[in-house]
Amino acid sequence: MASRPELQAPPEIFYNDDEARKYTSSSRIIDIQAKLSERAMELLALPEDGVPRLLLDIGCGSGLSGETLTESGHQWIGLDISESMLNVALERETEGDLILGDMGQGLGVRPGVIDGAISISAVQWLCNADRSSHEPRLRLKAFFGSLYRCLARGARAVLQVYPENLAQRELILGFAMRAGFSGGVVVDYPHSTKKRKEFLVLSCGPPSLSSAAPQAKLEDEESCSDDEDSSEDEENQSVSVSDRHRPRKKQKLNKKVKGREWILKRKDKMRRKGNTVPADSKYTARKRKARF
Amino acid sequence: MRLLTHNMLSSNIKGVANGFPLRIEAEKVVEKEVELNTDFLRNMFAKIEWKALVEASKTLGYAELPDVAEPSMLDSDEFLNRFHHALLELHLEEGALVCPETGRKFPVNKGIPNMLLHEDEV
Repeated sequence: MASRPELQAPPEIFYNDDEARKYTSSSRIIDIQAKLSERAMELLALPEDGVPRLLLDIGCGSGLSGETLTESGHQWIGLDISESMLNVALERETEGDLILGDMGQGLGVRPGVIDGAISISAVQWLCNADRSSHEPRLRLKAFFGSLYRCLARGARAVLQVYPENLAQRELILGFAMRAGFSGGVVVDYPHSTKKRKEFLVLSCGPPSLSSAAPQAKLEDEESCSDDEDSSEDEENQSVSVSDRHRPRKKQKLNKKVKGREWILKRKDKMRRKGNTVPADSKYTARKRKARF
Repeated sequence: MRLLTHNMLSSNIKGVANGFPLRIEAEKVVEKEVELNTDFLRNMFAKIEWKALVEASKTLGYAELPDVAEPSMLDSDEFLNRFHHALLELHLEEGALVCPETGRKFPVNKGIPNMLLHEDEV
């Protein structure tokens, strides 16, 4: 695989007219995007009452993911920073409204009006500082803060991300939690390098039964790893869920420390073996003072 | 851009306390017919800032909406049709959105509002 697009140029420059067209005419990418957005919709877990909701598609690009939203009958608003991508979306006559905007500057949406948000392969771009004025931490904070505000209470946001490394994932998740979200990461196909997909499933408001992290998809034994075929369902298993409401210092060190008796016994044994062992004294096996 | 989106957008400039509603400067308005979905309208009604919607639809040349709306009006087909038309069928194609506090213009081209901020506005 070529090097990550994130490392080549800022999004509004990388996705120029050529790249946007290439992106949207590749049947492979279309297929992957459609699958990702279907999965994101599944994780979004909107109530199945047939009522169309107002959804936000962050980093909508050429509207590939929006198509899935339209198919499931919802209204959506898409936000993207690349004008070329949005132009392709216009040509494709997507149903949703498009906004040219930078998620790192905040979303600029009124509070509490959005019923759910999805984002496919976009949020990791925030970890890059593409201009001297860009500070990834501030941009992540602005993004998650404004996302939290614009979502209705109890609404979910499902963000599919390609973090470059562990630190990036921690960074993204950390800012999501700091903004007030609860939830965690769902990793589909954790054992496959190619198929592995990570979804941040975030929900607004206090954790409840309905906001428990959904299950991740695992590799089927027979499906080979290079096709994006998904004949999954059974044997789901949830992976790597972190929760900001977990009590922080519960795992304080109250491990059983081995006592004086054990140490004396041990030293005796060593002596019998013929090793040089320090003599026993009142200091043996005594705890160090805290100021040490 | 539909008025639905306009009703959700607010100005995001640093230091602006009340960036809603954005004033519309319309140059070109188009109408696209969309199928009526009453469930969606009922769901959205509570979230819509009615006054802003009425003002916005007037700037786009549609003055059929009542100035005040009650949830009970959602039972009337006529009201639903007007609400639907204003919310989903009127598109601002060319023009600008103006921040009510700073007067900053966000241009709208081909129906896409450009909400990108300059560096000093973040």
